[in-house]
Amino acid sequence: MDDARQSQPSAVREHDVRQLAQRHLGERGALMPILHEVVDRLGYVAEEDIPVIADVLNLSRADVHGVVTFYHDFRRTPPPARQVQLCRGEACQSVGAEDLYASVTSTYAHAPEVEVREVFCLGNCALGPSGLLDGRLVGRLTPERVAALVGAESSS
Amino acid sequence: MTTVWVPCDAAAVSVGADEVADAFAAAGATVRRNGSRGMLWLEPLVEVETDGVRMGYANVTPADVPDVLTGSAESIGAVEDHEWLTAQKRVTFARVGVIEPTDIAAYQEHGGYAGLTRALAMDPAAVVQEVIESGLRGRGGAGFPTGIKWETVRSASADLKFVACNADEGDSGTFADRMLMEGDPFSLIEGMTIAAHAVGASEGYIYIRSEYPHAIATFRRAIEIAYAHGFLGQGIRGSDLSFDLHVRVGAGAYICGEETSMLDSLEGRRGEVRAKPPIPALEGLWGKPTVVNNVISLATVPMILADGGAAYGSLGFEKSRGTSVFQLAGNVRRGGIVELEFGIPIRDLVAGFGGGTRSGRPIKAVQIGGPLGAYVPPEQFDLELAYETLAENDAMIGHGGVVVFDDTMDASAMARFAMEFCAKESCGKCTPCRIGSVRGTEVIDRITGATDDGVRRTQLTILDELCTTMAKGSLCAMGGLTPMPVRSALKHFPEDFGITEHADADASAAAESAGDIESATEATGGARP
Ligand SMILES: Cc1cc2nc3c(=O)[nH]c(=O)nc-3n(C[C@H](O)[C@H](O)[C@H](O)COP(=O)(O)O)c2cc1C
Ligand code: SF4
Ligand code: FES
Repeated sequence: MDDARQSQPSAVREHDVRQLAQRHLGERGALMPILHEVVDRLGYVAEEDIPVIADVLNLSRADVHGVVTFYHDFRRTPPPARQVQLCRGEACQSVGAEDLYASVTSTYAHAPEVEVREVFCLGNCALGPSGLLDGRLVGRLTPERVAALVGAESSS
Repeated sequence: MTTVWVPCDAAAVSVGADEVADAFAAAGATVRRNGSRGMLWLEPLVEVETDGVRMGYANVTPADVPDVLTGSAESIGAVEDHEWLTAQKRVTFARVGVIEPTDIAAYQEHGGYAGLTRALAMDPAAVVQEVIESGLRGRGGAGFPTGIKWETVRSASADLKFVACNADEGDSGTFADRMLMEGDPFSLIEGMTIAAHAVGASEGYIYIRSEYPHAIATFRRAIEIAYAHGFLGQGIRGSDLSFDLHVRVGAGAYICGEETSMLDSLEGRRGEVRAKPPIPALEGLWGKPTVVNNVISLATVPMILADGGAAYGSLGFEKSRGTSVFQLAGNVRRGGIVELEFGIPIRDLVAGFGGGTRSGRPIKAVQIGGPLGAYVPPEQFDLELAYETLAENDAMIGHGGVVVFDDTMDASAMARFAMEFCAKESCGKCTPCRIGSVRGTEVIDRITGATDDGVRRTQLTILDELCTTMAKGSLCAMGGLTPMPVRSALKHFPEDFGITEHADADASAAAESAGDIESATEATGGARP
């Protein structure tokens, strides 16, 4: 996540979002692919993106807003430097995911650069507890392993 | 030069397979990346190939690489002969772990595209008949006969029809769809193409959950390769079938696995459940007739067409024909993919294949069929794993996930979690589910926190009524089946809810109203069994 993406002037952002959205115009059900691409490339869906996308797709702002807010993936604030997502699905719970989640959440409670979130199942249920560390799937997690991975990469 | 196979499956990668692959490459070996054999407790499971025999090395780390290459590391023997695999009946998963996932030549050498070739020479109605004869039922959870669904779409007249594959796989404890897409993606492409021919569809969509980036990447790559080889696009392999296939990515909503919610999401809308009728087979994507099937259902079709419906139908147990791809997960010693004919007792799967708990403690329960499935105690481990046997015992097979818990499990916490999960993932369209689930967590808190039996009894009655309301009044099986884990937990483990002898009667009253769950199933048009 480079800083340029977060502090983009809005005219530039609007231009980027419009272009990006227009490239999907030929697709059926283009809104979801557009929103995914906005998050992938710009980090999050900004309030000001909504009218632009609505305009390109000829939808109402309310329609676009409704979709953005329905799905967990379409984050609406700039992402922090480090993202930790821990699985709280039943299979991971059976091998200690709740304790892991509690411990990691409290470790980073005062670290604004690290965001800890829950997810429900990553399809790695035989090798739990599982998590996504900056999007990378990791199995057999322990608090120590999370700390090592978060620590190792943030100092690099 | 030595050829070394290192799985590229996400589970293997989650415990270091990429680093191991890099270390072998750096040591001069030829590295090939297969899918996973499904023996997940052995991952990274490396295979060294000599004269066509692939010798296995378990839990390999980069530090082990020199010893594996010199042969001084301890091998588990030829992987193909491993008794965990030889005891299975791999049909849908026959190629997973064996070939490189996007090697289309290897796919064909191992029987791939024989089904499509035969199907293209047949009349669409005859293809549907073959699927009906196989007895294949939907593997996504509801267990609806696949061939019957296809016949509805085939006989509908429309200018445009779709095939939509449900790869949302949100159930905790399941990973078969993921491993199939990562390990043998062409089988799914072939299955969807056969479906297109059978029903007269020209466009296909696969809805893959965003939590599966490896599967998305592998599947996209496989689609490109299939186009390049004339297996997708205009005039497939010289026939007059044209079929285009598109990937769409979910956005972190469990409810989008429910088929009508998935359709709305594919159309670019909020994933809210649609009332049925109309059924998707008649009015699905953009109002057109649409086949909606799970990954495993569709990936099983090529084999059915290649070997004939009767061959697949000869496998199985009573009305559950063919094989089931079980996923052993959670607190289990040997977790992974176990594909077997339907009808194996729970015990043989959990104790036999699974080898008991990972922690070494006694098993307290298994949850079968995902977050909406029942908790089943060891006293019921003689039950055969099949659609009807489980349904008769207030449980369900769902997508085949079996999650093992040891005796440290707190059944009241799991019941509360079922309500919490429903509250978080509800699409919000109907009140029993949206509000009932929130009330459910509160009531369970009051039961477990109760200081006297009177309070507990009142709250148990409220919980019972709430479960009935959710089961009977919800539009889909999300709200309709959340009572299943709750009631099973209460029925089998009342002591975890603080229930003593004399409160027992009320607890079993709350847990026994299982008839509600059946009516919930009917009301949903079979969204889940
Ligand atoms: C809450 C809920 C979640 C579901 N999730 C999935 C899923 O992730 N994958 C799936 O294939 N079916 C899922 N289903 C079942 C689908 O609605 C549908 O029955 C299935 O996709 C049909 O395909 P099949 O006949 O091949 O099983 C879910 C149902 C409900 C009610
Ligand atoms: S039961 Fe729940 S998930 Fe299903 S339609 Fe109603 S609110 Fe939506
Ligand atoms: S339950 Fe955690 S990965 Fe599936």
